[in-house]
Amino acid sequence: MTAQGESSVEAPVEGPGLMTRVPWLRVVVGLVFAVVAITLPFNNTPDVNQTFSQVLYLAIAAMGLNLLTGFNGQVSVGHGAFYGVGAFTSALLVVNHGWYLEATIPVSIVITAVLGIVVGFPALRVKGLYLALITLGLAVLFPRVTAKFVEGPGGVALLQPTRAQVQSLFPDILENDQYQYFVCLVAMVLLFWVASNLMRSRMGRAMIAVRDQEVAASTVGIDVARVKVASFALSAAYAGVAGSLSVLVTRVADASNPLIYFQLSIEFLIAMVIGGAATITGPFLGAALLVAIRKRFEDTEALAPALLGFALIAVVFVLPDGIVGAYRRLVARLRSRRSSGPSDPRPEVARSNSTGPDLAGTELAGPEPT
Amino acid sequence: MELFFNQFFNGIGSGVVYASVALALVIIYRTTGVLNFAQGEMALFSTFITWWFTDQGLGIVPAILLSILVSMVGGAVIERLLIRPVESDKSPLNVVIVTLGLFLAFNALAQLIFIKPGAEALQMPNLFPSGNISSSIGIRKSTIGYAAILVVECVLLWLLLQKTKVGLKLRAVASNPESSKLVGINTGVMLMTGWGLAAGIGALAGSLAAMRGTGFDTSLMQQVLVYAFAAAALGGFDSPLGAVVGGLIVGVAESLTVQYGHYIGLDGIELVVPFVLILVVLLVKPNGLFGRNIVERV
Amino acid sequence: MSLLELRGVSGGYGQVNVLHSLDLEAQEGEVAVILGANGAGKTTTLRAICGMLDKVDGEVFFDGSEITKMSTQAIARAGIAHVPQGRGTFGDLSVDENLRLGAISRSDGGVGADLDRSYEMFPRLGERRFQAAGSMSGGEQQMLAIARALMSRPRLLLLDEPSLGLAPLITRDLFQQLGRINAEEGLTMVVVEQNASLALDIAHHGFVLETGTMVVTGSAESLAADESVRNAYLGF
Repeated sequence: MTAQGESSVEAPVEGPGLMTRVPWLRVVVGLVFAVVAITLPFNNTPDVNQTFSQVLYLAIAAMGLNLLTGFNGQVSVGHGAFYGVGAFTSALLVVNHGWYLEATIPVSIVITAVLGIVVGFPALRVKGLYLALITLGLAVLFPRVTAKFVEGPGGVALLQPTRAQVQSLFPDILENDQYQYFVCLVAMVLLFWVASNLMRSRMGRAMIAVRDQEVAASTVGIDVARVKVASFALSAAYAGVAGSLSVLVTRVADASNPLIYFQLSIEFLIAMVIGGAATITGPFLGAALLVAIRKRFEDTEALAPALLGFALIAVVFVLPDGIVGAYRRLVARLRSRRSSGPSDPRPEVARSNSTGPDLAGTELAGPEPT
Repeated sequence: MELFFNQFFNGIGSGVVYASVALALVIIYRTTGVLNFAQGEMALFSTFITWWFTDQGLGIVPAILLSILVSMVGGAVIERLLIRPVESDKSPLNVVIVTLGLFLAFNALAQLIFIKPGAEALQMPNLFPSGNISSSIGIRKSTIGYAAILVVECVLLWLLLQKTKVGLKLRAVASNPESSKLVGINTGVMLMTGWGLAAGIGALAGSLAAMRGTGFDTSLMQQVLVYAFAAAALGGFDSPLGAVVGGLIVGVAESLTVQYGHYIGLDGIELVVPFVLILVVLLVKPNGLFGRNIVERV
Repeated sequence: MSLLELRGVSGGYGQVNVLHSLDLEAQEGEVAVILGANGAGKTTTLRAICGMLDKVDGEVFFDGSEITKMSTQAIARAGIAHVPQGRGTFGDLSVDENLRLGAISRSDGGVGADLDRSYEMFPRLGERRFQAAGSMSGGEQQMLAIARALMSRPRLLLLDEPSLGLAPLITRDLFQQLGRINAEEGLTMVVVEQNASLALDIAHHGFVLETGTMVVTGSAESLAADESVRNAYLGF
């Protein structure tokens, strides 16, 4: 489900890949994906469609985290909080003020972005270790805070807008679940496209530079503080959108379990890591896998988290760059076997395990960051 | 006023648990530089092991001791097999991810292995008799017991670290890993020792935590972990003493907040306490109450 | 009999080779000095000996056995004591603890006596016995680092730029002391130094490095006497 513009960033490490060398292939692949993506909801039950939608907004949240942690190196274990803010913003506007849900999304973006800035500034001052803790704190605090201000039926921090309350701008075009799917699809494609372009821009390279060598980055004129805070705000906004979409799809904003947003934060991280940190398609693949595992083992209560835990550990050992990274390395190995001489490993710009102090992330970089 | 004292000492009881887990966190952080997100769930698993021993007929004290032993071995093995191969200055995220994976895995494994579907909550036999130490003083006997255990824990740890060769080696590795190698210390063994020690302390902490309240389940340590992080951060992540003091402060603060929060109608606000504490401390003393200034190498 | 021998040693950090096919020998009982400008690879050479590089080609022999692939701690236990650049003291541990750590791999009972000797040799350390090592001055920390290295009763002492950051007077005293130790105890030393004249004073043999290659070797006297060498490489 990648938009056309996205395929070009799939170029593997070792130089222009199949996609860029054979441009029409890119178009074909893009079209195939587009067709599949568009026809998907019409061939499946509402339940399955809902699952697809969950993959989509989880992917958005994972992409948000990826921007901050994968590309910019600031480890957050609390993005669930921003997701929750987005969810409750939408839910509150819908339930208490009768807004259309789609209209709540921009509000959610603004609020979470501002929150991201608010968190991002003090984050500049603390060591990575403390940042992880503070973000953890956010995720854990958020349900408590909402419990103070939100009281749904039953007195719990749970909002369940009724079907009638969730008014859409386009009520009659598609069946509800299909419509939700398309909203999520459009949102995901759009946001992934934005992310892809961002990482190819100056700002994107600056983000990577700050991650890899902060001091060096500042000496080449990058405003480190601005980049870091902006990354925070942006990634928070992504999570916020995901939260709002979750309300659209599940019609629930639930903070009754005090640890739910912490658990969600872990899920975003899992999706990002397994799919491939600091890649564009990684978060989506990771989200898909995550939801698949969750669905598959829904019945046995603890089996899914156990598997995810093992998967997470296994990924670090076996696929440190996630699925996308493994794919790229495989392609690179196949290509180097075909070519005669030893391959020339150009510095891979956007990997989270980048090797050291080359200013690969800045203007001086070679291949496009992906 | 009486209520205040009662709640204060109650807080000491839970403070002991937080202090212990915080100690474990700090030991691992100082010797291996890793923030072990899985500390709580490792302790949880150890707690189930303790329970299992009692279920097999062992008394509570031998069960705890055995569990500590098993956990120490387990901790060392985890360090060797799962943490060390993955540690890298260039991708610190990797170790974080492994610990998060362990977090999930241990919690789920505890559920899968020890909990039969439909069974009621497990009960950990009590180490201390219930009731207050006297009819006029509202301090529970168990609180005194817990405090005594913490004291013993701290003394033993102090003796180990300050008076033994192993302790000196551990502190050397924490202080300067490269120079440790230069004097011939097998740093790998020391790392394993650090993790083993922390796991053992965690086992004790979890077992104690499980005795409080009526029965325990797999959610036992999640909140504890959060408080323990706060305690360690408060103490500066550097110093075992800081961890202990931090743990007690957090425990007492939580207890008082629960009580007074209830009065002013803000239930459940006590979870906010540890983080407010962390924030305040970090603003005033960025390295925590007892932390040294760690210069970050560029 | 050469106690230390490097044959065709190349190596460096990551993908980059700093050293290119080095040959070097230190005879038992003598002081060998490695000289050269900044970035010539002097420190890297010592690190190569101690197994601290990412990769090493060639061979390193210590007392006849090959130690090239051994771990740093094993090499230390085999009798090579390395005083790294910047001293490498255990900053938050006390002076006494630092010294004890020097002997931590020893299993004989002579540690106590050696401790006393260290304090005799370096009285300033005795004055600060229970002080945190990191709170001492550079010169004192250098003394501590050397004393710690001696505590392990090494057969070979490696010193990396002992004069770095020290005042000239202190440096002079330090080198005199090193020379005395070598003369009295016959301890083999390999000293990496930028301050060539001071180093050559106590040395028997000199090796001059330039960008990772050995360009001049010879006895200390001949190096010190050779004006062209001195001008080109040694800066005096």
